[in-house]
Amino acid sequence: MLDVALERGSEGDLLLADMGQGLGLRPGVIDGAISISAVQWLCNADKSCHNPRLRLKAFFGSLYRCLARGARAVLQFYADNVKQSEMIVTAAMRAGFAGGVVIDWPHSSKAKKSYLVLTCGPPSLHSSLPKGKGQDGVMCSDDDESNDGSGDDDEAQTVGIYERNRPKKRQKTKKNGKGKAWLLNKKEQMRRRGRDVPADTKYTGRKRKSYF
Amino acid sequence: MRLLTHNMLASNARGAVTGYPLKLQVVKWSTKEVEPNADFLRGILPKLDWPALVAATHALGLPELLPETPPTDAELSAEGAAEEEGGPLRRLHRALLEIHIEEGTLVCPDTERCFPISRGVPNMLLHEDEVRN
Repeated sequence: MLDVALERGSEGDLLLADMGQGLGLRPGVIDGAISISAVQWLCNADKSCHNPRLRLKAFFGSLYRCLARGARAVLQFYADNVKQSEMIVTAAMRAGFAGGVVIDWPHSSKAKKSYLVLTCGPPSLHSSLPKGKGQDGVMCSDDDESNDGSGDDDEAQTVGIYERNRPKKRQKTKKNGKGKAWLLNKKEQMRRRGRDVPADTKYTGRKRKSYF
Repeated sequence: MRLLTHNMLASNARGAVTGYPLKLQVVKWSTKEVEPNADFLRGILPKLDWPALVAATHALGLPELLPETPPTDAELSAEGAAEEEGGPLRRLHRALLEIHIEEGTLVCPDTERCFPISRGVPNMLLHEDEVRN
């Protein structure tokens, strides 16, 4: 990928590094960070010496350190399953971040994208997470009890993930009932088949009381 | 790699106390001119580690490019600062954004571990035994 970037030319600078080893950046220098389809790979152990949890810890810990106060990081990722998603979010929270997951187009398996939106330290206002696209939904807005770097494992996590594809309850009946036109049509069909059908009168298809 | 990036990079290897600033050994560098953006430069100034930046220019063989003390915000936001050739804003701009290091090495000040730079891309990958736990 670096070769492609070198070939195409990029405005910024390029680095070759492994984020699971920790970001090698001076503390507090970064004002914002984005990641596209990268974080989920930390959950894989590509070598026998890789421990996904430690790699996630190294990444989020170093990210927290190099971000300035109030800075934001948005990481777009594809999680294979809920367990992976939870692993990633837990690691982020343990590092001291506040925030949560925003899911765009939760119902479409093709367009669905998960964004881990993180803020570093207390945000300037009690900002809530942006709304994901694709549905009106509840988003998790985080409570900011984030301590500076202490990240205890046992502390209650301050984020909840809401996936906005809550299945709706089955409605009793979708049809409005069969209309008079349908009824008359059906009677005609039956006559053609040779069956005995009562004549069509003004009472045909009339609404009756429920006891009927 | 620009000096702006160099100013932010540190060694994350085991044994490094801060791993910063990385000593620069340059084999090849080039200049690519670009329009200065005064707002950007004023915004980034407080984030820079000035001694590290000056040391990097010395390593390149440009000791006169930057002064020993950083310019003030007033100097950078002065009228016509961007047009003044050789003025503080243009010097800072040249140092941070126009100099590209193509080939060389970054050396950790604590452990002397070398990170090579090739085709303008520094290789910061650590071996398994160097990763901090």
